[in-house]
Amino acid sequence: MYDAVLAESVNLVGHGGDVIEAYTARPMAPGPYGGVVVIHHMPGYDWATKEIVRRFAVNGYNAVCPNLHFREAPGASPDDAAAASRAAGGVPDDRLVGDVGGAMHWLRRLPSANGKVGTIGYCSGGRQSFLAACRLPLDAAVVCYGAFIVGAPPEGLGLRVGPVIDLAGGIGCPLLGLFGADDQHPSPEQVAAIDERLTELGKEHELHVFEGAGHSFFSVDRPAYRPDAAAKGWDLIWQFLGRALGA
Amino acid sequence: MCTYMTEQFAVSGSGKNAGGAWFGVSDAMVYFDHPVHAPVEHSLNIDFLNPSMGPGARVALELDARSARALAEAILTMLREAPQAAP
Repeated sequence: MYDAVLAESVNLVGHGGDVIEAYTARPMAPGPYGGVVVIHHMPGYDWATKEIVRRFAVNGYNAVCPNLHFREAPGASPDDAAAASRAAGGVPDDRLVGDVGGAMHWLRRLPSANGKVGTIGYCSGGRQSFLAACRLPLDAAVVCYGAFIVGAPPEGLGLRVGPVIDLAGGIGCPLLGLFGADDQHPSPEQVAAIDERLTELGKEHELHVFEGAGHSFFSVDRPAYRPDAAAKGWDLIWQFLGRALGA
Repeated sequence: MCTYMTEQFAVSGSGKNAGGAWFGVSDAMVYFDHPVHAPVEHSLNIDFLNPSMGPGARVALELDARSARALAEAILTMLREAPQAAP
């Protein structure tokens, strides 16, 4: 089987018509392939996220990750850019939706696209993947331990982040959620609250809570990595995206 | 978790960047969140910045919670004991 992939940095049109940097990886064959927008975590547009982008391409998806911190720090190292973004108050929700929407359109216009696009986000990106599903015409959304989908950070010290569960009526695609039972943000009770609300609204969803795992269990470079939960989680992702984004 | 919590305040002083050059710092951030490098799940992170010089004008520290408390206490002890540091 021909299995070459291409990975490169590109520019795409994001929120407000701004041109922003993005990292893409795509199978080097005609396709057609589904597309995945990878939403990076709060520490930024880093090598670990770029590895995830390449993983999607190796598994038969066109993938792209917009640099959500590009405007604050074009060309800066990911950690400096993340600090600059934090100093500026974080990534505004409207801008996030615009940038993910731009990445979605970029994927749909690729010659090898099958027209279907989903999102996946980790940590702060998990909340943002949920938000994108509420406000964009997506075909799938994956949420990995996104905090503050329900609930909010303490007043006064927080960045510009609030709960997004009230927007869930706008979700028009199936949603997969992957969480750790030992996580407190979101806690298992908060995951149950998300489940309850999506069920009330009749939204197609499946939420999984892994025992023995906490926040960030997919992160291979962090002490929170839990190989068992991560392996099961990746299996669920491939099954879910295969159904939702298949040709 | 991403705590999202951040304390930001103005400072006056100097820091040395990754390239070895000194620069004036004008802003500081303190937050407890995922580190980039420290081998712990969460760390007390301190950034000294000079936004007017760009995002690379930054001195960063990531400390485990115990180290951060020790640092804070040492700073306060030093400021309390040194007569030249009187406000």
